[in-house]
Amino acid sequence: MNTTNELRKSIKALIAEKKVDLFLAWEKGSLPLTATPLFVSTEDQADRAVFDVTCGNNLSIYFTKDRKQFANRKVGIAVKGCDARSVVLNILEKQIQRENVVIVGVPCDGVLDRKKVLAKTDGREVLELIDNGETVTVKGNGFDLLLNRNEILSSSCLACTYPDAQEYDVFIGDARGEVPNESRLKEIHDFQALSASERWDKTRNEYERCIRCYACRNVCPSCYCNVCFVDQNDPKWIGSTCDYTDTLIFHVIRNLHVAGRCVECGACQRACPMDIDLLMLNRKVAMEVKDRFGDIAGLDINGKPAMSDFREDEKQKFIMG
Amino acid sequence: MSEWQPRILAILCNWCSYAGADLAGVSRMQYPPSIRVVRIPCSGRVDPLFIMKSLQSGFDGVLVSGCHPGDCHYISGNYVARRKFAVLKPLLEFIGLEPNRVQFSWISAGEGDRFAKVVTKITEDIRELGPATRLVKKT
Ligand code: SF4
Ligand code: SF4
Repeated sequence: MNTTNELRKSIKALIAEKKVDLFLAWEKGSLPLTATPLFVSTEDQADRAVFDVTCGNNLSIYFTKDRKQFANRKVGIAVKGCDARSVVLNILEKQIQRENVVIVGVPCDGVLDRKKVLAKTDGREVLELIDNGETVTVKGNGFDLLLNRNEILSSSCLACTYPDAQEYDVFIGDARGEVPNESRLKEIHDFQALSASERWDKTRNEYERCIRCYACRNVCPSCYCNVCFVDQNDPKWIGSTCDYTDTLIFHVIRNLHVAGRCVECGACQRACPMDIDLLMLNRKVAMEVKDRFGDIAGLDINGKPAMSDFREDEKQKFIMG
Repeated sequence: MSEWQPRILAILCNWCSYAGADLAGVSRMQYPPSIRVVRIPCSGRVDPLFIMKSLQSGFDGVLVSGCHPGDCHYISGNYVARRKFAVLKPLLEFIGLEPNRVQFSWISAGEGDRFAKVVTKITEDIRELGPATRLVKKT
């Protein structure tokens, strides 16, 4: 089955039946390894929509970062499994109303990480990418590489547990079902087995490279405060420097702000120009939230984001005395 | 030479632990002179950023103390706080900070003795760790 064609059909139908006035999807990007967000409001425009391995963008960020545009409008959105969880969170956090969105789930086999492809081509520019399913062919001036899908998928996808939208109005094609992904927490357990000073050195080396461009924050569907704490200047919480203590505090607090809200879409890590392993801390926090409070971000449309909820009888061994 | 005295920031809830500290004081209980107190309206007011910032500015440890579960002046502030701390603490440990530097406790206004005990304990723990270095910003 051709997902792109089915997606186009379903967008056209939604627009023709006036179920939505706007539909958010992806179109072929101007560069071969990227897709561009597409805003569809007429049936003709629907023919530009695509879905393939380049469609990493989590389109739900428009709901929060461009809030005014979507107020009281019927909007359709194409979602991968992770994107759907973001939409659910947007609904739970009252950024959009459930009745105003039409969620169209697409079957996702993972999206690529541009940086991984460029590592394979030794930085040579890719002019064409062909998705063959199991493998991907990348072509450029004087090279033609056949790559295994697993070599270029985003780390988030390699460890994805919920590839299908759990909340949707329309689902295109065959769902993959829940993937029991043991590899997801392996890195964390390995890391935890190290000594405290080894962990500290590794963390410091990793985050010391951060140049504070905030691409990770800007691309994150769960980061949408009007004024981010790093941009506040009265009080100025942390220095706008690349000193590792400043960058590490930025990241620890960023992680806590997305605690119980991070859907592990991996957008932050793909966006990072310094290739910092941001997902590890995200997953660690998600693991704590799941173990302690039993919540998984964005899975339950009738739930409540973990950090704005509580139970009276929670474990509190960590409390002194 | 006298023993090294750590500097610990104690962030105390106005309705319980702050009064508990007062009680320890007026009852002339002995505890190490290691804490600097900041009074806050509720443990729920404590943003993890306060804790990180304190460590960055050179405190050797941070103690946050609020009302026992069920006793919050604002009904549920300490429950929300508990969730935040429950995630913050393992995260700090994960990145390699010494876990004993950041501690949480519940101390009521009547528990002056408990206050003295908690301060003594955290001071001893931190003395064992020595002065903070890892997250301290060198200017
Ligand atoms: S923190 Fe990263 S992985 Fe988590 S939701 Fe935000 S962009 Fe996605
Ligand atoms: S995208 Fe990477 S370099 Fe930029 S602020 Fe985030 S972690 Fe730092």
